Amino acid sequence: MASFDSIETDAGTGTDASGTGLLAPGHGEAAALAALHTRLAAEAEQAGLLDVAYTLVDSPVGRLILAATAAGLVRVAFEGEGVDAVLEDLSTRISPRILEAPGRLARPAAQLREYFDGTRHSFDLDLDLRLISGYRRTVVQTLQTIGYGHTSTYAGIAALTGNPGAVRAVGTACGRNPLPVVIPCHRVLRSDGTTGGYRGGPAAKKILLDLEAAA
Amino acid sequence: MISFDLCDVEGSLATAVERKKLSRCRGSQTADGKRLPYVEVKPFEQIVREHGPAVLRVCRAVLGPDEAEDAWSETFLAALGAYPDLPEGANVQAWLVTIAKRKAVDQHRSAARNPLPVDHVPEPAPRSVPADTDGLWTALKTLSVRQREALAYHHLAGLPYAEVARLLGGSEASCRRSAADGLKKLRTLYEEDRNGIL
Repeated sequence: MASFDSIETDAGTGTDASGTGLLAPGHGEAAALAALHTRLAAEAEQAGLLDVAYTLVDSPVGRLILAATAAGLVRVAFEGEGVDAVLEDLSTRISPRILEAPGRLARPAAQLREYFDGTRHSFDLDLDLRLISGYRRTVVQTLQTIGYGHTSTYAGIAALTGNPGAVRAVGTACGRNPLPVVIPCHRVLRSDGTTGGYRGGPAAKKILLDLEAAA
Repeated sequence: MISFDLCDVEGSLATAVERKKLSRCRGSQTADGKRLPYVEVKPFEQIVREHGPAVLRVCRAVLGPDEAEDAWSETFLAALGAYPDLPEGANVQAWLVTIAKRKAVDQHRSAARNPLPVDHVPEPAPRSVPADTDGLWTALKTLSVRQREALAYHHLAGLPYAEVARLLGGSEASCRRSAADGLKKLRTLYEEDRNGIL
């Protein structure tokens, strides 16, 4: 039995006791796994099992996480929010059937690229607003009326929603906008003219405002 | 050709999965199956990243390089479908290996039952990996299926022998013996052929 015990001790390490490493990883495993992941994402999409697809794209405001359900773009997140935290939140609030699958995000990614290049002034995308409920949804829908290169104020948006006293609630709704950049909460400033807070940080808000002012 | 020992697999596998589902009710779900808000559930992407490599190694050791990739894909697709129902705190790797084993059994049963006659033998699809560059599969093939499985489930998937016995049937001790015998044979072949194919 002694020899069995010595084998037992390294269970899970993927190597055998003699150190020959016969069963160790190898065989171009990383490349094979990357190909298998791509195949899994495609088959999951085909089988209707891909509840949330996501991808990461580069932008002048840092890497963005884009996530979409079958209904449309559901989340744009800044890398600073934490990729894992964002995915866990989507997993909990929408579905854990989440895979990195850039295919479904091709259109939003292309439009965002054009936006950051300055050639696109409005987005033409299916949006899934399921993460926004109640008054926050009213606010977000009002935000979509602020045109490219224009700005409004928290008080102005509150008034537009017919609830002029709800300035703080508008601030909260902007701060929790699940689709920043695409739904332009960056175009909402403080009444004193300062930029105010932003989910992606004040520097990112300034980059977006400057981009739109330059066009 | 790999022949799977079907008799000790089917019944015990299905019941094991069912048992697991019935015995534990997911803490993050209400009685009507709706998920309660703000109880974290790991995204499936993370499951693929964490367990994909080990499951691929298991598939390669049990089925060989040719069939491993299909088995891996079928396993993770099935797992994706069932994932929201997986009980909280379940051993994910054991769950995946259980699915992989069932997929392998299905694959062999359907291949045995329906040998499709074809006019033209298609060119094999290009693989991302050379079939058996170091001859490992050639050596593994000389082991019995049970030895390969015991070895893979314990040494590659890291499952305790109690779990291996649940998958393979028989006692823990017999699974331990199968893995040890398999490993011994593998080492002998490797030593004998150190300067040869292996």
